[in-house]
Amino acid sequence: MALPFVYVINNAFKPLDELFIYPPRLFVQNPTLDNFSDMFTVMSESVITFSRYVFNSVFVTAVGTTGMVLITSLAAFVLAKYRFRLEKVLFNIVILSLMFSSQVTAIPNYLTMRDIGWIDSYLAIIVPAFAMPLNLFLMKQFMESMIPDTIIESASIDGAGILDTFFRIAMPMVKPAWLTAIIFSVQNLWNSTGGNFIFSEQFKPLQYALQQILAGGIVRTGVGSAVSVVMMIVPITIFILSQSKVVETMSASGLKE
Amino acid sequence: MVKTMALGSEKAARRIDIKQILRIELRNWKLYLCLLPFFTIFLVFTVLPVLKAVRYSFTYFNIFQEPQWIGLDNYKNLFLHDDVFVKAIANTFYFAIITGPLGYLISLTLAWVINDFRPVIRSILTVVFYAPSISGQLYLIWTLMFSGDSHGFVNGFLIKSGLINEAIQWLTDPKYMMSVIILVALWMSLGAGFLSFIAGFQGIDRSLYEAGAIDGIKNRYQELWFITLPAIKPQLMFGAVMSITSSFATADIMINLAGFPSTDYAAHTIVTHLQDYGFIRFDMGYACAIATILFLLMVFVNKWVQRLIGKV
Repeated sequence: MALPFVYVINNAFKPLDELFIYPPRLFVQNPTLDNFSDMFTVMSESVITFSRYVFNSVFVTAVGTTGMVLITSLAAFVLAKYRFRLEKVLFNIVILSLMFSSQVTAIPNYLTMRDIGWIDSYLAIIVPAFAMPLNLFLMKQFMESMIPDTIIESASIDGAGILDTFFRIAMPMVKPAWLTAIIFSVQNLWNSTGGNFIFSEQFKPLQYALQQILAGGIVRTGVGSAVSVVMMIVPITIFILSQSKVVETMSASGLKE
Repeated sequence: MVKTMALGSEKAARRIDIKQILRIELRNWKLYLCLLPFFTIFLVFTVLPVLKAVRYSFTYFNIFQEPQWIGLDNYKNLFLHDDVFVKAIANTFYFAIITGPLGYLISLTLAWVINDFRPVIRSILTVVFYAPSISGQLYLIWTLMFSGDSHGFVNGFLIKSGLINEAIQWLTDPKYMMSVIILVALWMSLGAGFLSFIAGFQGIDRSLYEAGAIDGIKNRYQELWFITLPAIKPQLMFGAVMSITSSFATADIMINLAGFPSTDYAAHTIVTHLQDYGFIRFDMGYACAIATILFLLMVFVNKWVQRLIGKV
């Protein structure tokens, strides 16, 4: 399982003559940081300044995730803890949406974005990310089992509104759930390449820029490996730090018939 | 006469009923207001697009002109005249039938195995197994490992150990392409479902096993079959949804490893076919017909597998 990681990390530190040695070796003999410094050279030659790509990715990820936490957890909370007529129907549609992938909706979404003028705009990436069905599902299940009904009742007797109850009582109780939601959202947005919605270079995210470096192919074997190592550090670090919370949340992930 | 009166009053009763429901639900307006942001976005970017795709699938639509209604022509062309699509369906099923169940079983088995380790080791193993699915565009590693010349790691290893005499074109020879892609897909298959299984195993009530021992459960396999699996059935369902949806939707691996289009369309799937017509040829109607078929396929298989798991 870890072999590809071992291979790419070793490659990232190999000097040129070791990268193309025959027969190929797994482990590096004379480690060097050349590939990483080459990476910065390649970056500085990009069409727009490299920091712009970084900014785009950080901006889209931060705004998208913040909005997602507010919007998706509020909906999850209401579905989990209040009784009303459309509750089941709405939740079942969300479950159904877990059963097909985003490729099904890619073309109509492209047309929608074009009609509302969001092509080449951060909005095309950020706004749809606010409503993440997988996160709604996970948070609703977790809240249902973790927040006792009596607490909600006594809060409403004390005159607390829905938003009050949500921010002051519910959210602090389900920290693992929204941390997990944040992780899934960050992974999703951080790994986005702009897809079919972003065409101008100045709005492209970091992933796209890195992909362009990788597209250099065999001549960039070393740099490419260095880039791959840099790319995977962010999501893996976040997961390591939050692992126990994620597993706690996933304990409520069960899907009943 | 009597009958019509009865019917009339019944109708009136029902009308009152609706009014009453509306009145009660209006009292819940705050709840609906809280749901509004999520469900507006969800409706616009997830639900309506499915309906739109179905509608466009009956039209000829090149995005520069208004869509023209052509009935079932897109579907007829797909199944009767488009050999590449037939090949894409075959490839998709071949890929999904192997990676779906196998990825699912690997996730389940590994989650079960690491459940017995001490917490620290369990955490490390979880990260190692889960990392491939979150590392993003790591296809470069695989293109280097399976590079077609003798500098490729796999070729180099096989030649050195005398198993093959000349380099194999792993990613351009249709004979090997799909196998390499399946290998990479399995490597990446330990995702949300895997985490769900781990959590499920950890959450099982220990007293169930003691009760099982009294009821005559003899070994670990009986324990697994009669206690553990039934206890994590909801997680099994969730994992199934995750692995079915992703096994039918995989396209990135094919495009990045085998190229787009791949040699002889040997790694062409329903999704790459959709991208070809949607975003290269701009035949939106045709692409939407492909999307509709993909949608029906995914939902149908999901429902069917859920019923299957429900019976176990």
